[in-house]
Amino acid sequence: MAQAIGPWSVILRSISISHGDGMRFLDFRQGGRARLGALVGVLSLVAVACETGDAQDVLSPAGEFARSPDRLWDLTFGIAVAVFILVEGILVFTLFRYRSRPDRKASQFHGNTKVEILLTAIPALILAGIAVPTVSTIFDLAEPREGALQIKVIGHQFWWEYQYLDEGFVTANELHIPTNTPVELTVEGGLIDRVTGDAQVIHSFWAPRLAGKQDLIPGHANQLFIEADDPGIYFGQCTEFCGLGHAEMRLRVYAESGSDFEQWVSDQKSAPEAPSGGSLAERGQKLFAEGQFREGLNCAACHAVEATPEDVAPNQGPNLAHFASRDTFASAIFKNTEENLKAWIADPASVKPGARMPALGLTESEIDAVVAYLKTLE
Amino acid sequence: MATAAYPTRRGFFTRPRSTTGKWSWFFTVDHKKIGIMYCVTAFIFFIVGGLEALAIRSQLAQPNGEILNAEVYNQFFTMHGLTMIFLVVMPMGVGLMNYLVPLLIGARDVAFPRLNAFSYWVFLFGGIFLYSSFFLGGAPDGGWFGYAPLNETLPGHGMTFYALGLQILGVASLAGAVNFIITIINMRAPGMTLLRMPVFVWMTLVTAFLLLFAMPIIAVALFELMFDRAFQATFFDPTQGGDPLLWQHLFWLFGHPEVYIMILPAMGIVSDVLPTFSGKPIFGYNAIVFAGAAIGFMGWGVWAHHMFTTGLGPVANSAFALSTMFIAVPTGVKIFNWIGTMWGGSLRFTTPMLFSIGFIAMFIIGGLSGVTHSIAPHDAQQQDTYYVVAHFHYVLFGGAIFGLFSGFYYWWPKAFGKLLSEKLGKVHFWLMFLGFNLTFGPFHVLGLNGMPRRIYTYVEGMGWDFMNLLSTIGAFVIALSALVFIANVVITRRRGEEAGADPWDARTLEWSTTSPPPEYNFEEIPIVRHRDDFWHRKYIETPEGEPARVLAGGAVATHEHEAGHGIHMPSPSYFPIVAATGLPLLGYGVIYFNSTGKALLVLGALVTMMGLFGWVLEPGAEERV
Repeated sequence: MAQAIGPWSVILRSISISHGDGMRFLDFRQGGRARLGALVGVLSLVAVACETGDAQDVLSPAGEFARSPDRLWDLTFGIAVAVFILVEGILVFTLFRYRSRPDRKASQFHGNTKVEILLTAIPALILAGIAVPTVSTIFDLAEPREGALQIKVIGHQFWWEYQYLDEGFVTANELHIPTNTPVELTVEGGLIDRVTGDAQVIHSFWAPRLAGKQDLIPGHANQLFIEADDPGIYFGQCTEFCGLGHAEMRLRVYAESGSDFEQWVSDQKSAPEAPSGGSLAERGQKLFAEGQFREGLNCAACHAVEATPEDVAPNQGPNLAHFASRDTFASAIFKNTEENLKAWIADPASVKPGARMPALGLTESEIDAVVAYLKTLE
Repeated sequence: MATAAYPTRRGFFTRPRSTTGKWSWFFTVDHKKIGIMYCVTAFIFFIVGGLEALAIRSQLAQPNGEILNAEVYNQFFTMHGLTMIFLVVMPMGVGLMNYLVPLLIGARDVAFPRLNAFSYWVFLFGGIFLYSSFFLGGAPDGGWFGYAPLNETLPGHGMTFYALGLQILGVASLAGAVNFIITIINMRAPGMTLLRMPVFVWMTLVTAFLLLFAMPIIAVALFELMFDRAFQATFFDPTQGGDPLLWQHLFWLFGHPEVYIMILPAMGIVSDVLPTFSGKPIFGYNAIVFAGAAIGFMGWGVWAHHMFTTGLGPVANSAFALSTMFIAVPTGVKIFNWIGTMWGGSLRFTTPMLFSIGFIAMFIIGGLSGVTHSIAPHDAQQQDTYYVVAHFHYVLFGGAIFGLFSGFYYWWPKAFGKLLSEKLGKVHFWLMFLGFNLTFGPFHVLGLNGMPRRIYTYVEGMGWDFMNLLSTIGAFVIALSALVFIANVVITRRRGEEAGADPWDARTLEWSTTSPPPEYNFEEIPIVRHRDDFWHRKYIETPEGEPARVLAGGAVATHEHEAGHGIHMPSPSYFPIVAATGLPLLGYGVIYFNSTGKALLVLGALVTMMGLFGWVLEPGAEERV
């Protein structure tokens, strides 16, 4: 999948031994607290992306905005390896050559000005050689791109919100982009957490194969360009420590060819189909929108099921439009299966530490109904 | 006699007399005792911070670890960082400076002996204050960098302990910095010009200046954080017009010089150990000294390379990328000069020498990975991944800790009169060298393979499992090596080889007095005629340019009968420890700002004031009996 992998990435990756029995991280984390059934069947794309264990490999850039930093890396790392071999080599030679022996007398010199000037100048020149392409790449990456798709990214504790500014809808956690098109992400830390009323904290959006990371700082809007050459799923996660749920604030970027992406956009904008009368899903819809659970709350108090713009309440939690078409939920850490959803709704914070979604105390049959409803949101 | 100049006062304001025995340690103002207390305390914290690291590594040994939950993990990685930086590497360096600087410059003590004791007690109490948070609802859990606004929204008292604990530790560092600057500038023996000072003294001077300017910056940031957390101020609260980026600028403007505060003392140690065991003067003394000073200056101009991903814009990113690259030049000069020092020598591979060589070999790796951070566009990939964790452990463990152990082995016989076992020392070195590389080498690969820092768990299938397991094994090898060191200390105390004054055939003044040195260090203040003066007393140069031993040159006074009479040394004092006791009380008072808290604030202020008044009013010296 990866193009233009530099020579060093091959060396480094060859010592990065892949492990495990395939792609299981869609599943709940294994173990007593959250053992929720094994994964059955895996998306083939996901399997391909991950069988070599390089889902977040920095050294396998998959688009222009990851590739130009990678070229700098190849240059710098190459020089660093050469310097490493040379200097450590001289060090080892010195240790061996001048080790104490009965006939060895230490020569008593204090320095050598010519050598010292030379050994100051050479590193300075090498560094200047790195400096020039570095500066030009910095400015190049900051250039605005014509015709870029505009998406606003907002970080929450602990999930991602994506606002498609041109199209006027929002979605969460799984970002869809067209291939071979620069995408301009305006990454912003919201000022106030819509759920807690606290100041929002800093997150950092990182999908390593598509671009370097960019911080989402409350009160600041930053620009980040990403682009994918080929269709596929690109993994990433939050890389600025943001509290209890930081480790599980993951994300995915789905790159789709132009027509597939258009199709996805029009699907997103379509209204959800009402569940058929008398079905379990219909009961679930009622509970979702009108149920009176803990403190009189229901799901719809925080989650919209239509892809409304973010400023339309209710959108305190992730927007759930066409939720059933997503592979994952809860910031891309759980596979979107009925079992996992049931465990999640029963007590979110017990399966994902720090999750802000409250346990509303639904009965098992109520949970079944809500899950059945969510599954109709194709 | 010394006391003649002072009126004898009675009552409360007397000074303790005893300079031996258990209680003498509480009231001592002897730089050597204080230095030992610093090192011992820091070593205990080293074990605590190491245990936190073992817990962290055990949790990450395999995917979906179940040993620590997210809450405890966040406290552990935060406290591991704070401990290793503020309670281990810095105070170990300060401990060695304390012990050595007066000996190295031919002085009898530091300029302000009571201030020196005050520094130590504030450091100890600050450390205990910080760790008491574990028993008072939870330790700091926002990372050592404590970014705003997370540092304000985290519940509990953890981050308030952080703000006040670091503030208290900062007081200790500032007092120490002033003391070392004045001592080095004013108290050098006759003839000890600046450019004859041992490199360790030079690096102490640069470090002290860095502390003097860096600590006030973090003090401001911490006070602002304290007001935000405890008294509803809004310095960093973006919803009230504050700016989270302000914290980052203040923190790293302190935080990057802080890196050099940690590494420069180790560089000084290495620069004194290498010549001794190479049988040669240091290569390019002036270059090494000026490179250290240059690092001290340039260290102020690189802070924003911690912030390449915050959106500073291409101009600022370019400027800081360039300054970061070019700070590698003076660093490189040092490495070349250390190799130059060994070149042509006759190298004795003693344990201190091995640790110094280990320092150089590992610091090269850390320095080179540092250069790869300077290419800002790719730093956006490295930032906050294990690649960065690898880099700073190669610099601060492979660098600073190896350097400090080199110093411990080197000066142990001076401080305690007995040589640490070479055999165990070498086992210690090789285990630590192996364990270190096994632990932190894989971090490079993990980071480039996309593993972020500060995550308490990861899933299978990311390609991170094997390297994490390897690293955890390495961490336990390091722990084993620390046990070997402790065993070495215990065995040496029981039946170590007597060192004598100059066991290494060394070059600098501290070796011209007995091991351990008398309280007054030198019976007669030495008159310095050369750099490496002690060496020149032992050796003259033959017409062929080779050193020849001078008969009885460098003989060490034996300090037998009547020795030390008439030498005026500062008397011990009750008040440094009293003044220091008030600071943690003030800290608790702010944290629990209810009626109890306010009472603690008043009490803390009174205790500190009482300590300071007593300090001022006590007689200059007590009558010697």
